[in-house]
Amino acid sequence: MLPELGQFALILALLLACVQCIVPIYGAWRGNTTLMSVARHAVAGQAVFVLLAYAILTYAFLAQDFSVAYVAQNSNLSLPWYYRFPAVWGAHEGSLLLWILILNVWSVAVAALSRRLPQALMARVLGVLGFVSICFLLFTVLTSNPFIRHLPALPDGNDLNPILQDPGLIVHPPMLYMGYVGFSVAFAFAIAALLGGKLDGSWVRWARPWTNVAWAFLTLGITLGSAWSYYVLGWGGWWFWDPVENASFMPWLVGTALIHSQAVTEKRGSFRAWTLLLSIFAFSLSLLGTFLVRSGVLTSVHAFASDPRRGIFILVFLGIVVGGSLLLYAIRAPKVSGGKPFRMLSRETLLLINNLLFVCAAAMVLVGTLYPLFGDALGVGRISVGPPYFGFMFVLLMIPVVLLVPFGPFFHWATADWRKTLRHLLPAFIVAIVAVVLALIVFRGLPMRALVGTAGAFWVGIGICLYALHRWRTAPAGRRFSPEMIGMMFAHFGIAVFVAGVLITTAASTERDVRFLPNQVQNIGGVDFRFDGVEKVPGPNYIAEQGNVTVLRGNRVVATLHPQKRQYSGGEQSMQTKPAISAGVFRDLYVALGEPLDADHASDPGKSAWSLRIYVKPFVRWIWFGGLCMMIGGMVAAIDRRFRSGNTGGNSKTNADAATSATTATA
Amino acid sequence: MNARLLPLIGFVGLFALLAFGIHWNTRHEMNEVPSPLIDKPAPEFNLPLLFDPTKTLGSKDLRGKPYLLNVFGSWCPTCQDEHPFLMSEGKSLGIPLIGLDWKDQPDNAKRWLAHFGNPYSTVIADEDGHTGINFGVYGAPETFLVDANGVIRYKHISVLTPRVIEQELKPRIAELLETKQ
Repeated sequence: MLPELGQFALILALLLACVQCIVPIYGAWRGNTTLMSVARHAVAGQAVFVLLAYAILTYAFLAQDFSVAYVAQNSNLSLPWYYRFPAVWGAHEGSLLLWILILNVWSVAVAALSRRLPQALMARVLGVLGFVSICFLLFTVLTSNPFIRHLPALPDGNDLNPILQDPGLIVHPPMLYMGYVGFSVAFAFAIAALLGGKLDGSWVRWARPWTNVAWAFLTLGITLGSAWSYYVLGWGGWWFWDPVENASFMPWLVGTALIHSQAVTEKRGSFRAWTLLLSIFAFSLSLLGTFLVRSGVLTSVHAFASDPRRGIFILVFLGIVVGGSLLLYAIRAPKVSGGKPFRMLSRETLLLINNLLFVCAAAMVLVGTLYPLFGDALGVGRISVGPPYFGFMFVLLMIPVVLLVPFGPFFHWATADWRKTLRHLLPAFIVAIVAVVLALIVFRGLPMRALVGTAGAFWVGIGICLYALHRWRTAPAGRRFSPEMIGMMFAHFGIAVFVAGVLITTAASTERDVRFLPNQVQNIGGVDFRFDGVEKVPGPNYIAEQGNVTVLRGNRVVATLHPQKRQYSGGEQSMQTKPAISAGVFRDLYVALGEPLDADHASDPGKSAWSLRIYVKPFVRWIWFGGLCMMIGGMVAAIDRRFRSGNTGGNSKTNADAATSATTATA
Repeated sequence: MNARLLPLIGFVGLFALLAFGIHWNTRHEMNEVPSPLIDKPAPEFNLPLLFDPTKTLGSKDLRGKPYLLNVFGSWCPTCQDEHPFLMSEGKSLGIPLIGLDWKDQPDNAKRWLAHFGNPYSTVIADEDGHTGINFGVYGAPETFLVDANGVIRYKHISVLTPRVIEQELKPRIAELLETKQ
């Protein structure tokens, strides 16, 4: 009975989404306040029914209701209870429901926190969100219903993919979706502005905090995903340029361009059309990602079961949303570039370069991801471009970013003094050079990449610190650091940390495959590893062969590691390697269990020799620390007072600008 | 022309490409692309061994008995999905299972095999990918069954699942071994 109620709730939510879309937008067009005020109630009503449907599906997993086909496919009796919650989004149908739930969370947040915005704009924003919701609900109800019964009920389910049975699955997808779906808010604001025709900076001011928060969530989601693949996939990689990773990375790249372009439009009035376009792009790429993952056009590990009907549906939906909004853009976007004039050498120019580089990077990733399709279309066969293409192109595009980042804050709006800026940044340059020289002397024969990484990290990191210092010295107390500025510094500092992590890890990691006899000690990368044998260990739904490895420094035990090979009992009987990691700020010790090397190992697994893979990975964690810094930056910037919705632009804006120019004038 | 139309035009192109992708997918069962090479002689090759690059293995050395050629790469996530099946079934096929490490860096491949296990009787390294292209490989993993005369008898694209091994591969191998005797 309950699953049918769930389906019913989805249909009711769909009807309310139609109301949320049509009535307020019509009301805004006719200037009818009553119709416009329907929006908030429809949002609330839709959210209640979506939540109900989601709760019912979760309950079906918790109660092991194998009469529901989706539950039977993605869980079984031995699945521990704590993996039954994330199992809800372990496959296509449920993850789509999570998408819709999160869209509703965003809609409710927008409806609740933007009460003081002009009513017509809010009606349009919520109406556009309603439209997006209609598309996804229709998609779920028509092609991907998670509540379909499988009668008679199966005695036991298949299994949740073992690769997904990891704590990472509990947090990674919801965070990623918060980011993906969050760009729908910036999109809705842009479309609402285009529909209403009021295209000055005010809509951007209101959209900015939402965009920043969505970007921060997406950053967190990607960071967690990268850490998860490092822990789970078992050979120490942290990014694979897999189509599904790219699907989340493209909106991030365009989103990064967008938050910078929004800053220019909001503060200076320039780049209006560009900001509108980027808002549309960021969300379109989120949708495109959904299409690529779910249509089966590209194959990948992450890919969900493909079904051509679904592909056609999303394609049509993509055509309507993206095609429609770009058409609206073509008709309505401002023909004359507004805003205050700026010189060649100015912060505007730097931000424009940033925008171009990030959009190019997104285009590069898009082309690389769709490459197999081009091959088909031209009849030359399906060709994939792998990590070499992406890695090379991405580094090429990001080198100027790293070089230019420290200049950003020092350059003034409208016109910048490059002599002064160079004088300010000279210490950062010197420190970067000194760091490289020291690194060369201390660690002889360090590869080029590690040196470049060190230099880049110091250049950006010290550059940001110098700006903080400069601000502290020159700005009057009380308005030295706005949250927006602190957020900017955090995020940019994150780049320094990230660059250090990536380049030092790739250049200076030690990776060894070694044969170990029980109780043997071997020194790898300056650390002693003692292998204490392998034993069988039962888990809740698997049996593991568990290696015991003791890490020693002298006679002191630094860590005890237990890498496992797990044999899952459910469905496919799959095997899963679980590496053991001793985490540290400056280096990770990563041990994975290989194969037994003696033929008679079955007789006494505790005494046979095993192959082990051991990594010593310096600074690998900095990759994710960098991501976390960027995320914090995005969140902090969003709480700036200027974005409070009571602030309806106008006077306060000119005041803020006056204040900025006053303080920068003293610089 | 109005420059504001450019994004829309770009999108129309992208849309057409994606529509084509779906159309292509519905027309082609990805796993059953008919290979023009079936029942034709396998392309000649002579490639270094992954674990001992000083030695090579060529198509001529393999004449005389059937073998199974599995195209894989350490960069290929789907190969990782396929790998446990090769580990459990590879030894019981009755014919050599040759791994063609395709478009891969040998170090990565060695590490990959050390980590997940090596199901192959021999692994040859096709670093520049030419041999794979001569075989008409669409993407890893792909598997070719070659008979004693060096003729390709069967090809499978994507993961060799236990079902494919049982129902498609083993009967064909049995047939080849019978005709030989």
